Amino acid sequence: MTWAECSPAVTAASAPEEQLEISGEADIVAARQHAREAARALGFGAVDQSRITTAVSELTRNVVRYADGGHGRVCIRQLSGPRGVGLEVVVSDTGPGIADVEEAMRAGFTSGSGLGLGLPGTRRLMDEMDIESAVGRGTTIRICKWRR
Amino acid sequence: MARVPIVRVGATLIATVQDELCDSDVMLLQEELSATLERTGVHAVLLDLTTVQTVDSFLGRLLNDVAAEMRLLGAQTVIVGIQPAVAITLVELGLNLKGVTTALDVDKGMRLLQHSLRVHDLGRM
Repeated sequence: MTWAECSPAVTAASAPEEQLEISGEADIVAARQHAREAARALGFGAVDQSRITTAVSELTRNVVRYADGGHGRVCIRQLSGPRGVGLEVVVSDTGPGIADVEEAMRAGFTSGSGLGLGLPGTRRLMDEMDIESAVGRGTTIRICKWRR
Repeated sequence: MARVPIVRVGATLIATVQDELCDSDVMLLQEELSATLERTGVHAVLLDLTTVQTVDSFLGRLLNDVAAEMRLLGAQTVIVGIQPAVAITLVELGLNLKGVTTALDVDKGMRLLQHSLRVHDLGRM
C-alpha cells in the first residue's frame, strides 16, 4: 500500500491527488479512511461523508473480489468547477472487466457472491458515476460528489 | 487486526462493533456470536453500532444474516446505535434491514429485549 502524489502534469490545474494501491481487504478499510478524511477536509457534511465513504468501500471491494489477483488503485482528488467544490474518486483495476455495464448497473445483478447492490447502490449515493470497462483488460470507475 | 469483543450481561450477549472492521473481522464476529450463543444458551443478542460510521452492502448484509442465524438458534437480536448518516446511506444503497429489529440506543435496545424475553417466558408457561 503506497500513497504518492501524482505527477504534476496529470493534475496541473487542480489540487494534489492521493493515490492508493488496492491489493487486499485491509486496503478497503484504508481507502474508506482516506476518502472520509478527504471529504471532511473539503467541508462535506456527515451524510455526504457517509455516502462517499460507502461508495468507495463498494468499489474497492469489487476490486479485491473480482479483479485479477485483486489488484487495482484508487485516486482521490478535489475538483473545482462551475458547480463549486467536488470530490472525485477513480477506482481502476486490470481485472476481467464487465461484459455488460448496463446489466451490471441493474439492481439485483451480480456475477459474484454479493447482493448485487454494489454498482446501482453506488450510483445512487453519488452525483456522477462513469464506468469504462473492457473484457480482459479491466475496469475504471469514476465517481464524483459536489459539495452543497 | 481489530476484533469485536462479545460480553455477556445477564441473559444478553452484547457485541460492540467498532468502525473500520475489515471483512474478515466481520465474518469472525458472525462465527463467534453463533458459538457463544450455543455455549451460553442466552436468548438475546444486542449489536451496538454507535461508533460505526460506515455500513456498506457487505456489513449490511452480514447484520441481516446474523439476526437470521440468531433467530434460528432461538435468540432475538436487536441492533442499536445506527447513526442518522448511516441510516440514510443504507436506504439509498438499497439495504433497509427489514428483517432486523432496531432501537435508537443501548438503553432502549436492552429494554426491548427484556420485554420480549418476558413475553417469551410467558409463552412457554
